[in-house]
Amino acid sequence: MMALVAIIVIWGIGWTMNLALARSGHRSAGWAAPLIFGLTLLLVWEVGVRLGDVSPIILPPPSAIAVTFMASLPILWADFAQTILKGALTGYVLGAVAAFAVAVMVDRSEFLTRGVLPVGAFMAALPIVGTAPIFVKWLGSDWPSKAAVVGVMVFFPILVNTVAGLRDTSAMQRDLMRTYGAGYWPSLFKLRVPAAMPFVFNGLKIATTLALIGAIVAEFFGSPTVGMGFRISTSVGQLALDLVWAEIVVAALAGSAFYGAMAMIEKRLTFWHPSQRK
Amino acid sequence: MVLGAGVGRSAGSISGKMMGDAVRSVLPILTVVAVLLGVWMLSVVPMNIHLAADQAQRDGVVVVPDTPIARQDVGAVALALRNPAVVPMTYVLDRPRLPGPQQVAAELWKTTFGVKVTSKKSLVYHGWVTLSATLLGFAIGTTLGIALAVGIVFSRTMDLSVMPWAIASQTIPILALAPMIIVMLGSLGIQGLLPKAIISAYLSFFPVVVGMVKGLRSPDGMQLDLLRTYHASASQGFWKLRLPASMPYLFASLKIGISAALVGAIVGELPTGARAGFGARMLVGDQYGQPLVTWAALFAAAITAAVLVGIFSLAERASLKRMGMVR
Repeated sequence: MMALVAIIVIWGIGWTMNLALARSGHRSAGWAAPLIFGLTLLLVWEVGVRLGDVSPIILPPPSAIAVTFMASLPILWADFAQTILKGALTGYVLGAVAAFAVAVMVDRSEFLTRGVLPVGAFMAALPIVGTAPIFVKWLGSDWPSKAAVVGVMVFFPILVNTVAGLRDTSAMQRDLMRTYGAGYWPSLFKLRVPAAMPFVFNGLKIATTLALIGAIVAEFFGSPTVGMGFRISTSVGQLALDLVWAEIVVAALAGSAFYGAMAMIEKRLTFWHPSQRK
Repeated sequence: MVLGAGVGRSAGSISGKMMGDAVRSVLPILTVVAVLLGVWMLSVVPMNIHLAADQAQRDGVVVVPDTPIARQDVGAVALALRNPAVVPMTYVLDRPRLPGPQQVAAELWKTTFGVKVTSKKSLVYHGWVTLSATLLGFAIGTTLGIALAVGIVFSRTMDLSVMPWAIASQTIPILALAPMIIVMLGSLGIQGLLPKAIISAYLSFFPVVVGMVKGLRSPDGMQLDLLRTYHASASQGFWKLRLPASMPYLFASLKIGISAALVGAIVGELPTGARAGFGARMLVGDQYGQPLVTWAALFAAAITAAVLVGIFSLAERASLKRMGMVR
């Protein structure tokens, strides 16, 4: 009962603050409102768990998660290096390079392009993460099998976007290149690849999340005794939910950082595109 | 999210146009599929040749070189060239490293139509277990997602406080939460369908929120002004302009949401060692050394995803056509 009252009071305070912020229309509302909302949620969680006597094997309070996070930094770092740096990043780079190469090859034929676009879009919608047990069987339980799953998962969205992007030039632009006497390769590198960049980055950004999902979920099917997916599944079994939450915090931070990094590179490379202009 | 060009999450119109193209591109599509199948068929030989050579030797066929250890040192292609008689056997192994397409198709056929629907070996039975969780979760997630999107569009406070989190959630591998949710609900005494449905629900929830907010905001100033000159109320504006205008965005998010929901239900079956469902079949095939079971479950899941997305594509085309939004 106490917990319920406390939750309602905290929620009311947070929401009133945001109401006032929204009504004032102040510039700071853009970042202050989500921050207040997030903090309100955390407080409700903390107070609700503590006053409501929720067992820590069901939902540990955020403070306990923070303590565990700080205390298990070495474990978290080892898992991060295994899953993200080795598995996800390797697979992401391999998948992206392969997709890009295939896209450039396919792009030379209008016939193939018309076949690859729908098939690729179709494959991108399939539950490819289910191939994890097969790759674990082929490549062993260490990170190469995770990189392979990630590579296949990110391949199709990047392929479809790159193929679509390489077609995204106007007849006028292509004619201009022809009047310059530019052959296939110069017009590919000077016109069509740059023109495809907004599309490519859309694919690369979608693929960041897929890469992390692939690397973590593939570890549920078999892994060495290190890695975020391994830690999550074993800690869940040991009911050490604070460690699981700490891993999820790491996954969230890594996901946002990865996506943010791609968005930043995109901004640098496609500054000319209408979507990037201020 | 940046309004970028591209195919996938943020571009309903491009993928819609691609579906239209698909009808006219039957031959190119068949070519690409044939190439993929050809690559698969070709890979079967080098992937299985060592296993097939061992099997052939046990059956009394003369194989060069004649010990498994010596064969480990020979490359797959070289081994196939030196033992052409063994090559056909790579397609009919019981426990292949890579099954041939015809083996997977046969296993799919056998476990879908060849056994009783209620049997533990029937893919229809396992499919229903996964599908029911998927559909229940998808319904919950979509309903809540649309409700939140409406709230965000009409309340500036909700827009400011919730929307950034909804967008950020798309960059986070929330699927990692799945095992914990299963165990959390398990210790509360909730088991079976509901935990998987909840995972499906939150995976389909966020794409629907982000897509619907974009869709409900898609009417431009001119259209909103027109309604103002009609003296339309906010609710009339919602029902007669915003909601119809959001339909293309809604369908784009529904297609993403349903395939995410299916992945969620499958992954939800992994950590607890569930006994039924596509995920469980994949695990069983993996742990008991029955690759055909894993492959059949994988393809059954892929077919299910394709059918679900296909149904929404058809519904999309039919309803957009009726609404006069030809794309």
